[in-house]
Amino acid sequence: MTQPLLALSGLTKAYPGVVANKDVSFDIMPGEVHALLGENGAGKSTLVKTIYGLVKPDSGTMMLNGTPFTPAEPRAARASGVAMVFQHFSLFDAMNVAENIALGMENPPPQREIAAQVRAVSDQYGLPLDPTRIVGELSAGERQRVEIIRCLLQDPKLLIMDEPTSVLTPQEVEILFKTLRKLSAEGTAILYISHKLEEIRALCENATVLRLGEVVGTCDPRATSARDMAELMVGTALHVPERAARPAGETVLALNGLSAKAPHQFGTALRDITIDVQKGEVLGIGGVAGNGQDELVAALSGEIRTATGMVRFEGESISHLGPNQRREIGLLTAPEERMGHAAAPDMSLIENAVLTATTRKELSNKGFLNWRKARSFAEDVITTFDVRTPGANNAARSLSGGNLQKFVIGREIMQDPAVLVVNQPTWGVDASAAAAIRQALLDLAAKGTAVICISQDLDELMEISDRFAALNEGRLSDPRPAQGLTVEEIGLMLGGAHDMEVSHVDA
Amino acid sequence: MLMLEKRPQPSKAWTLAAPLLAVVLTMICGGLLFAALGKAPIETIRTIFFDPLFSEFAWFYRPQLLIKGAPLALIAIGLSFGFRAGIWNIGAEGQYIVGAICGAAVGLAFYPTESFLIFPLMVIAGVLGGTLWALIPGILKVKFDTNEILVSLMLVYVAEQLLASMALGALRNPDGMGFPGSRNLAKYDSASSWISENAGMHWGVVAAMIAVIFAYVTLSRHQFGFNVRLAGQSPRAARFAGVNPKLLVLVCMGISGGLAGAAGLFEVAGPAGQISIDFNVGYGFTAIIVAFLGRLHPIGILLAAGLMALTYIGGEIAQSNLGLPGAAIQLMQGMLLFFLLMVDVLTNYRLRFGKGATI
Repeated sequence: MTQPLLALSGLTKAYPGVVANKDVSFDIMPGEVHALLGENGAGKSTLVKTIYGLVKPDSGTMMLNGTPFTPAEPRAARASGVAMVFQHFSLFDAMNVAENIALGMENPPPQREIAAQVRAVSDQYGLPLDPTRIVGELSAGERQRVEIIRCLLQDPKLLIMDEPTSVLTPQEVEILFKTLRKLSAEGTAILYISHKLEEIRALCENATVLRLGEVVGTCDPRATSARDMAELMVGTALHVPERAARPAGETVLALNGLSAKAPHQFGTALRDITIDVQKGEVLGIGGVAGNGQDELVAALSGEIRTATGMVRFEGESISHLGPNQRREIGLLTAPEERMGHAAAPDMSLIENAVLTATTRKELSNKGFLNWRKARSFAEDVITTFDVRTPGANNAARSLSGGNLQKFVIGREIMQDPAVLVVNQPTWGVDASAAAAIRQALLDLAAKGTAVICISQDLDELMEISDRFAALNEGRLSDPRPAQGLTVEEIGLMLGGAHDMEVSHVDA
Repeated sequence: MLMLEKRPQPSKAWTLAAPLLAVVLTMICGGLLFAALGKAPIETIRTIFFDPLFSEFAWFYRPQLLIKGAPLALIAIGLSFGFRAGIWNIGAEGQYIVGAICGAAVGLAFYPTESFLIFPLMVIAGVLGGTLWALIPGILKVKFDTNEILVSLMLVYVAEQLLASMALGALRNPDGMGFPGSRNLAKYDSASSWISENAGMHWGVVAAMIAVIFAYVTLSRHQFGFNVRLAGQSPRAARFAGVNPKLLVLVCMGISGGLAGAAGLFEVAGPAGQISIDFNVGYGFTAIIVAFLGRLHPIGILLAAGLMALTYIGGEIAQSNLGLPGAAIQLMQGMLLFFLLMVDVLTNYRLRFGKGATI
């Protein structure tokens, strides 16, 4: 048996309040395409950061080619032949491709030489890229190629790719896969992180599934069905929904054939979404990121206007109303991106309270803002939702992600909504804060509010939802009662297989 | 090694101290520059910054401060709304010219009738002229996504051509023996913007004061001011908060154009007196420096307008009394903006000396 390229054994890393990795062990062979699979928060990022030298494990060892491997920083990892392409690119828009690549080098050769190397590598691996182009003009896929070529110039033995396809068009995904297969054939091992099951089945030879920081299984993705992998990822021991089935209430929000064009190049078009949302229920909407979640939230918040009748509130069409008019009637939203969308990072928490609460909390009189009232509202949110901050005067950017999320969700809940739409309410939030947010959503529903919770965390959705539906490529599956839903059924819904079901019924 | 570390939030102390430090640095480096030109540095700095206020001829210079400061403050206040919202109106100079032409045309149309209604009508015409000129880049941006920086700047040169044609054609003084330039509005009682010429007081000074107060209240207390600030800091959050970005572009362009137009009208009906080919002297461009020097804050803009007026007048004294070249004064004004932007970094960042081992 050949020696593994990288052998991990017993890696453990704990952060305050959460164990990110617990006794993680697996091997990566030279030239292998190895998938690291898991839901958000399963510990994938921590693990690859450990390999890349960004995180120091609490315990456990790594062996690279049979010798102990303890990179103190990414530079050391790179020197040992480990390269990584991050999900978020670190490129300068105003510089050209070759200049950007030179910036990442220890001792960059002259520009002309780099340009020649870039051309050579891009030809060799079928990654079309002109080294003289300005990065600001490149598409996301081309930017990713810059990052990949930057890694390839170091001649890596192990290439780590963190959710590389989340920003790519299908054609670009094809190009990327060809490149990765070629690399693998030449002996470079690839650690491929994703939660898109079909991609992993198409590309990878081996998969390690992480769940809550632990390795829960390994499989050969080519020989395993997507459903089985989803089951591994979600875990067989799904939480039993803690909410009893409840009688159908009055419909408060109705979507009738909601369709909208993709707002930008990498957006997703919404396609014919029809659903009724009832008072007092929690509707959970699952789905892999980038399948229309942001667009659905925008169509509900009023940032995207749609054709008359597509969005109805208590029977009246509200498709044409702007965000504040929708707030006035009681339709509130909390978008996924906290910094810069749900909150303005450089503004104080008081000003961020004004951001959405002016209408319902009457924080202004004839356009003049009542800062005293705004402060007391902000302080109420801070106390009620246990937001850890020295005071309401602090800038939003000074708060940790979890605390800001508590503030953002609290700000909407305390405005007493008739319908509350939340997107990824506990993303990046520690376990105790996440539990508090979920409880607050349940309490709100108990008081008669219709809650729409969009999330990629299936456990979370199963825990709080009355009904469950899945978004896939901008389409929403028919909702099913969450109680009694099996992992297989959820897997099918997430994969968009509900379409097939419908055709069965028709036939 | 010197490192910059981002502060968790902007430092209040540095926000206030930065402009003062920038002025001090300008004085020091300006002094070095003047010394290199063979002038006595202390005396030159004193001539520029202190003589207009405290010398024996200060009685002559102080009114000049009001005359030069008022249009700067008025235009800069208007620009500050757009700049805060991330809307870059660089063409205030053109809006200033068009405001002056429109206001003056109304005044000249009534000549020689005397009525207290004429001046208010001129003000309205001036504001409208400036507003409409500024709405051209605004509407083009909203409808066709053009770059407002380029369009507003290019319209300055169009306005200059318009000014020349007016001074030579439609608005030329019929009794002027063929010389270019309109009748003198300052000598036409119903159209004059002077309140007291000896004190340097004209209606533009009053308007600047009102604009400062109005802007202060709007930015700190009103929903519109909040929307402007929000749109500048986080455009996506602004849309989420219900701000209509297109409307905001039009309103901000309109405000800055209207105030620039008003400044032009007050100038043509007072200190300048007439529409002439070289009527505009660059207030619209200098106001951009004033707006940033005053941190886009109304009170700051008022102080910055005073300071810029001071360097203009002090610079003229230094030119005539000490033989300092005019370019040296402009260099010093540029230095002021440069140092301000440099020191500004400290509001959001902290300097760290040493290896910076903690990341």
